[in-house]
Amino acid sequence: MGAVGRWATAFGRFWWDFLVGDTPELFAGVLVVVATALVLRHERVVAVVLVPLECAAFVVASAYRGRRRD
Amino acid sequence: MTSTIVLVLAVFAASAVEMVEALTIVVASGTTRGWRSALEGAAVAVAVLAVIVGAVGVPLVHLVPIDALRVVIGALLLVLGLGWLRKAILRSSGHKAMHDEDVVYAKTVAELATAGDRARPRRDALGFVVAFKGVFLEGMEVVLIVLSLGSSAHRLGLAAVAAAAAVLVVGGAGLLVTRQLSEVPENTMKMAVGIMLTSFGAFWVGEGSGVHWPGSDLAILALIAFFCVVAAVAIAAMRRVLTARAGVSTVADR
Repeated sequence: MGAVGRWATAFGRFWWDFLVGDTPELFAGVLVVVATALVLRHERVVAVVLVPLECAAFVVASAYRGRRRD
Repeated sequence: MTSTIVLVLAVFAASAVEMVEALTIVVASGTTRGWRSALEGAAVAVAVLAVIVGAVGVPLVHLVPIDALRVVIGALLLVLGLGWLRKAILRSSGHKAMHDEDVVYAKTVAELATAGDRARPRRDALGFVVAFKGVFLEGMEVVLIVLSLGSSAHRLGLAAVAAAAAVLVVGGAGLLVTRQLSEVPENTMKMAVGIMLTSFGAFWVGEGSGVHWPGSDLAILALIAFFCVVAAVAIAAMRRVLTARAGVSTVADR
């Protein structure tokens, strides 16, 4: 692999670790939030309630998943 | 006006938290390998980060349509904010050890002390690289927050000034107290920043998608209040999980 390839791999790995890392459920959750906002943009009340609720649900679920198990 | 104040607070607090982490590494590098190389490494890293803000941020604001920018940046803020909030909830509820700057400091000092002869020239390459890397990596998160919040609100200059102010305040205070960085209430600050980034993220994703928030910018304050309640409830519930588990193991031990 050339220098460019190594650089591209390192660059990709940096962003993967930064965005996904050890909490892929949060990254997936953010995609769901964005999709919800885009799909429900004309349903103002539903979107305004659902977007924050989804964020809350994803962070609580992710924290529960990361709880100490011993 | 409201969103501007919250923006400045969010950028300042986020930058301050990251600066504490970077400063720990710079102080460790300075005391073991020499201050000149450590400070030069930190200064070069700050200069590179400033260039990145100018090179990426300005075209971002002028060339990308504002709604698309807000959705992408809102999503990025949510990834950052939810991650910080999750970590703060786990730490506050006792499920994760508190971030201890003393431990980070001791570990860095031990690594640097064993990495080579202490009888060094005036400029030490290892001290420079460790300080540069510490400031650059911690600073990248600050750059993303400055670019995200600054460009989506069309206040890139203000966000950069807030970040620079945090660097100066924490840097100045840190150099005065050097090894007392563990006194900084980092988890509380991380919790506050996580709540603010999540609130901004949800707000911008909605705005960029075409959702009109009631009260416009004031909705950010409502979102902050909502996520404060969510964090408090989550911490209380997760503490109860630990307490219940401790109770079960005590009964089992008898």
